[in-house]
Amino acid sequence: MTPELGQLALILALLLALAQGVLPLLGAWRGNGALMAVARPAAAGQAVFVALAFGVLSWAFLHFDFSVRYVADNSNLALPWYYRLAAVWGAHEGSLLLWIFILNLWTVALAALSHKLPDVFVARVLGVLGLIAVGFIAFILFTSNPFERLLPMPPDGGDLNPVLQDPGMTFHPPVLYMGYVGFSVAFAFSIAALLGGELEQAWVRWARPWTNVAWGFLSAGIVAGSWWAYAELGWGGWWFWDPVENASFMPWLVGAALIHAQAVTEKRGALRAWTILLSIFAFSLSLLGTFLVRSGVLTSVHAFASDPKRGLFILCFLAVVVGGSLLLYALRAPKVAGGKPFGVVSRETAILIGNLMLTVAAAMVLLGTLFPLLGDALNLGKISVGPPYFGFLFTLLMIPIVLLLPFGPYLRWGEKGGLPPLKNVAVRAGIAALACAIAAAFTTGWALKAIAGTAAAVWCCVGTLLYVLKRWREMPAGRRYPAEMAGMLLAHFGVGVFLAGVLLTEALSVERDVRMAPGQVQTIGGYDFRFDGVHVADGPNWQGDQGTVTVMRDDREIAVMHPQKRTYTRGQVQTESAIDAGVTRDLYVALGEPMDRNDPEGAWALRLYHKPFVRWIWAGGLLMMLGGFFSAADKRFRLRREATEKLPASAQESHA
Amino acid sequence: MNAVFRRALFALALALCCGALNAQAIDPLPFKDHAEETRFQQLTRELRCLVCQNENLADSNADLARDLRHQVFELMRQGKSDAQIKQYLVDRYSDFVLYDPPVQGSTLLLWFGPLAILLAGAAVVVVTVRRRSRAQAPASNQSANDSSPNDEGDDW
Amino acid sequence: MSRLVPFFAFLLLVALFGFGIWWNTRHDQREVPSPLIDKPAPAYALPKLDDPAQTVTREAMLGKPYLINVFASWCVACGEEHPVLMSEGQRVGVPLVGYNYKDEPDEAKAWLERHGNPYGLVIADREGRTAIDFGVYGAPETFLVDAKGVIRYKRIGPLTPEVIERELKPAIAALRKEAP
Repeated sequence: MTPELGQLALILALLLALAQGVLPLLGAWRGNGALMAVARPAAAGQAVFVALAFGVLSWAFLHFDFSVRYVADNSNLALPWYYRLAAVWGAHEGSLLLWIFILNLWTVALAALSHKLPDVFVARVLGVLGLIAVGFIAFILFTSNPFERLLPMPPDGGDLNPVLQDPGMTFHPPVLYMGYVGFSVAFAFSIAALLGGELEQAWVRWARPWTNVAWGFLSAGIVAGSWWAYAELGWGGWWFWDPVENASFMPWLVGAALIHAQAVTEKRGALRAWTILLSIFAFSLSLLGTFLVRSGVLTSVHAFASDPKRGLFILCFLAVVVGGSLLLYALRAPKVAGGKPFGVVSRETAILIGNLMLTVAAAMVLLGTLFPLLGDALNLGKISVGPPYFGFLFTLLMIPIVLLLPFGPYLRWGEKGGLPPLKNVAVRAGIAALACAIAAAFTTGWALKAIAGTAAAVWCCVGTLLYVLKRWREMPAGRRYPAEMAGMLLAHFGVGVFLAGVLLTEALSVERDVRMAPGQVQTIGGYDFRFDGVHVADGPNWQGDQGTVTVMRDDREIAVMHPQKRTYTRGQVQTESAIDAGVTRDLYVALGEPMDRNDPEGAWALRLYHKPFVRWIWAGGLLMMLGGFFSAADKRFRLRREATEKLPASAQESHA
Repeated sequence: MNAVFRRALFALALALCCGALNAQAIDPLPFKDHAEETRFQQLTRELRCLVCQNENLADSNADLARDLRHQVFELMRQGKSDAQIKQYLVDRYSDFVLYDPPVQGSTLLLWFGPLAILLAGAAVVVVTVRRRSRAQAPASNQSANDSSPNDEGDDW
Repeated sequence: MSRLVPFFAFLLLVALFGFGIWWNTRHDQREVPSPLIDKPAPAYALPKLDDPAQTVTREAMLGKPYLINVFASWCVACGEEHPVLMSEGQRVGVPLVGYNYKDEPDEAKAWLERHGNPYGLVIADREGRTAIDFGVYGAPETFLVDAKGVIRYKRIGPLTPEVIERELKPAIAALRKEAP
């Protein structure tokens, strides 16, 4: 009976979502307060029912209810409870349920924190979010029902894909979805603004913290995914430009542009139409990611079950939501360029250039990701677009951003200020970057990427730190670093750290596949790896071989590493690499096959890595995440009465 | 329906050919020095495996990937250049094996599309900046609210 | 007007996705068309499965069209295809050559004994080296080679009665027309 309860809950949630999506919008149109008041309770009720459905599915996993097909496909009796719980979102149906659940969390948070906003506006925002929920719940119920029964009930289930049986994977999807779905708030705000025709930038001030938080989550989700690929897929790479990765990266790029554009619109009133368009883009690209992953139109690491019916459903949904909003944009976006003027050398101009590069980069990623499909459509033959393409063009597109980044905080809004302070920064950061680049050249043996990476990182970090110093000297304690600025500085510093990580790792990593007999030593990057043989090691739901590798440097033991090769209950083989993490380098060992199958005591194939500074990549990403969260916490974004009271008047005007 | 089922079976068969799907390709080859090893790693990383199509040749554990890696190694030993080795594979498996698509008629859009978008975007930015830098205070018909946004005179 | 640009760009995108969904219901995404179509088959010299002392070469096979069917005993989809070859193999009108791919000869022979042997001739490529020249990447695969030794058609994946009717038979008929 219980699974049916989950399904019933979903159906009720769908009805409530319909109510939330239709009635408040009608109310806002007609000026009917009673209809508008439906939004909050409907959103809360929907969240309760979706949570119930989510709980029912979790319960089914925890209690081995294999009569539910989704449970039987993705878990078995030997799977530990924590992975059974993670299995709830381990495949298509459940991950969609998680998507909805997170959408509900955002909606409820918004409903709870928006009491100071004008009712009409809140009604529109929640209405738009309700319509999105309608689409997704309908998608679950009609094409991807996680509660479908499997009769007769099998005695034991299949298995959760072993690559997903990892702590990193437990966090990756929820955090990533927090980011994807979070952009729905900025989207709903801008649609509400278009619908209302309220051309004040007030809505941007309300939307900013939500956007920053969503972007922070997306950064964290991407970092978690990248780290997981590095550790668990066992390839030691941290980014593959796979369609699924690109699907999360495009909204991130546009989100980064949006955060900056919102700042301009909020503070200066300029770029209003562009900010609205970017809000639509950011969420559309999140939806597009969902489409790409679940429709099976592209080959990818991560293809969920690809059923054309599902693809068609999402495509229609996508067409309605995105097409509708872009049409609305075309009809109602502010036509007059408003806001304060700005000079050629101004923060607005710098942000515009940054926005241009970020959106073009997102467009490039989109083009590269879809080009194989376009190749089919235009009969150009089967073409692969991979890391060399993306890496090359992305680097080119990011150069202007890296060059401009240190100047960001020094540039003034409008025209005031001017060149002298900029020259100052350029000279100091430039000298620092040059000095470090020369040092890097000598220590790395003229590895070009390492030199470029050091220079770029020092340029960004020193530029940012110079500004930190300036504020420290010039401002009284307590007013030095408002949260919004602190967030910006953290994120910009993170960019520098990230650049150092990426380019130094690329330039200096050493990877070697070796054949090693017990007792043999291989030296890589100044570390001696001694292979001490393989013994059997079993886990709750797998059997495995576990190698022992002792790492020494100058005859001092650094680490004892245990790479594994596991065979799971259903026969899938999974390499579990051993990683010795460090601030300046990772050591990474993966176990291959015995050279002679009949002699496991003998020599084995092993892969050894020395990866300098690889952790800086994720550290940089996490700093960017913190930047997003910090900025959102700024006191300025707490709503004040006077700012909101102006709104109803102008809203009525626009209806007149 | 039948056709769909067959396709699924075919896909499954291909997946099985991948063997241990998530196991790593660890394949020690007798390189004569580090430079040769690095060249081999870079080259195989830019080639796409046909069996496990989301993996490159360096990482794929598919049987065919192993054969092709060995073939690449052998061609390197024969003194073939990277371009010749790529051509060898393209002749047999088509451009699909190249993760780095060649610049040719069919890929002009791919390689120069972003440039076109960039130029168009840059033109818009230039026009916007010029117009804005010439503009005086906002037009008088805009509301006061509009021209005094939330800029509180922060110097940053 | 310029505000409609994003909308129209998006329409193009939707059209592309629609095409993608439609295309994938009819094609396997993993299918990579061979660049060898209408090119001479690669030179090969492979031993017969049942008599390794005898070698079959491309030159020896010139003169009349034939089909090469790549199979292996470890290949699941080959097992699915096999009954089709047993029933239709003789009826397509050209000789069927089995290409045993990366297989143990004993296992291949046992497999043919168990499931029946639709092939007039079976050649064996244990190392899979020649298969690379043919651009084989997943058994089963089927090549149609004409009398001049040129590859005219390739099927990646199992032959089915439909595929034989829709693709293979017309390709063979075309060969007949040009060389009476």
